[in-house]
Amino acid sequence: MPATDSGPILSVTGLSAWYGEAQVLREVSIEVGQGEIVTLVGRNGAGKTTLLRCLMGLQGRYSGGIAFLGSDIVRLPAHRRARMGLGYVPDDRGVYSTLTVEENLTLPPAAGPDPWPLARVYETFPRLKERRSFPGTKLSGGEQQMLALARVLRMGARLLLCDEPTEGLSPLIVGQIGDILREVKRQGTTVLLIEQNVHFAATVADRHYLLAEGRVVESLRNDEMREREHELLDYLGI
Amino acid sequence: MLQQAFNGLVGGAFYALLALGLAVIFGMLGVVNFAHGAFYMLGAFGSYVLLDSFGVNFWAALVLVPLLLGLAGTVLERLFIRRLAPLDPLYNFLFTFGLALILQDLVKREYGVQSQPYPRPGLLSGTVDLGLFGYPAYQVFVLAVSVVVCAAVWVVLTRTRVGMIVRAATERPDLTRALGIDVGRWVTPVFGFGIALAGLAGVLAAPMRAVNPLMGADLIITVFAVVVIGGLGSIFGSVAAGFAIGLVSALGNLYVPALSQTLVFILMAAVLLWRPAGLFGREEALS
Ligand SMILES: Nc1ncnc2c1ncn2[C@@H]1O[C@H](COP(=O)(O)OP(=O)(O)O)[C@@H](O)[C@H]1O
Ligand SMILES: [Mg+2]
Repeated sequence: MPATDSGPILSVTGLSAWYGEAQVLREVSIEVGQGEIVTLVGRNGAGKTTLLRCLMGLQGRYSGGIAFLGSDIVRLPAHRRARMGLGYVPDDRGVYSTLTVEENLTLPPAAGPDPWPLARVYETFPRLKERRSFPGTKLSGGEQQMLALARVLRMGARLLLCDEPTEGLSPLIVGQIGDILREVKRQGTTVLLIEQNVHFAATVADRHYLLAEGRVVESLRNDEMREREHELLDYLGI
Repeated sequence: MLQQAFNGLVGGAFYALLALGLAVIFGMLGVVNFAHGAFYMLGAFGSYVLLDSFGVNFWAALVLVPLLLGLAGTVLERLFIRRLAPLDPLYNFLFTFGLALILQDLVKREYGVQSQPYPRPGLLSGTVDLGLFGYPAYQVFVLAVSVVVCAAVWVVLTRTRVGMIVRAATERPDLTRALGIDVGRWVTPVFGFGIALAGLAGVLAAPMRAVNPLMGADLIITVFAVVVIGGLGSIFGSVAAGFAIGLVSALGNLYVPALSQTLVFILMAAVLLWRPAGLFGREEALS
């Protein structure tokens, strides 16, 4: 794990979560250092999305510890967590059909030290500028994914929580998302990324956690991941 | 026939006001407010009581009653709805349903089931010449108020930041919280506003419809159908469907009077078969 002088930006300890009586996370502990890109890898149903929902404060029933920027956030409601700098990019991209593209971008309040001005967003995502007065869901899947990413960058979020941003997108768009994540990292923003595409994960991330049946079964540095890519692909059944 | 179409639009004016309130409340709170009809009834009774016991005229009631009921709505939301919200949605269904019965029975105990008279305001007692036919001025006024109120709500919803937040929270409440918006803070005023709209519809109804304790219960069933046809959670859909259903049922009444009561529900079934999420609803809103 890369040296961080100020401790991890996010530290999750003994996190368990339930839907009704069904337990889907079991004592999960992970850490994310300032400026890192860390992925959560695992089969469908492993509990990855649920983990992000817990971090965001959207999960109904869960227990355990979540420290963000050194303070315990378990008792904070979702909007307070967002304003501390958690930028949520949900698995369905969370684009509003009743909001225009620009409204989708400007809905969240600023939530970090350097929110991107709209001009920078449009410079980085020219397509969003062209379509800024369209309803959000009139965009293509790839454009909606860009919109969801652009939105949390505009917030100035310190830690992006991205749930399978590359799912179902063409290699070209996946490449663009990779570029954006690397740029985000260069500016010092941290990313926790859910990714089924192990190959893609290895091109952007510093470290990886492998999740299976609600447990962290392995924690790998990126070089270890690259060596074992084929084994892991088999394991994931992808 | 044109005259009947106009009657339909006036009926639709009530549907639209009530459906608009129901839709914003459902969208933002996830609560199906079964007491909506009771607040409509209270709106009509409120203006009746103000006139009868305090000599407050229609115009003052038009402002005062929605204001008071809206205020009562915010208190209701704070004291009960909010506390029940984290539980199964069934609790708020039962609560608002029970509340409707209680309000109805309280009014019934005080005033009985017979209809109370409410005179048209003097200013609007005449008829307006609409070119092809003369039409009661009061009905024209009702239609105008409803259109203006719905349009004003539309402008606020589409042109202001508050409106943007309400739209976002109506479409995806959880996501909106996760994007840093304190949705809870907007819930109380939105609920109060929805109730105020029901009250306004009630005040408007008093001079042209029978003012009795059951007037809301009779109407609200149709309004639920309107909201479903428009698409649960779609604010625009509920208003559009309100006017459309008013029109369609008035014309239906003219051509197939036997179906006048059931037409709306046949229409609802047809729309749901064709588009399960309603005319303007989003499919994912169902899951
Ligand atoms: N809303 C829900 N209600 C009940 N069970 C759910 C719900 N969402 C997810 N689950 C279950 O929780 C487990 C973990 O799901 P999820 O966190 O979505 O996994 P992943 O994102 O890794 O695919 C799965 O078994 C899934 O079936
Ligand atoms: Mg998932």
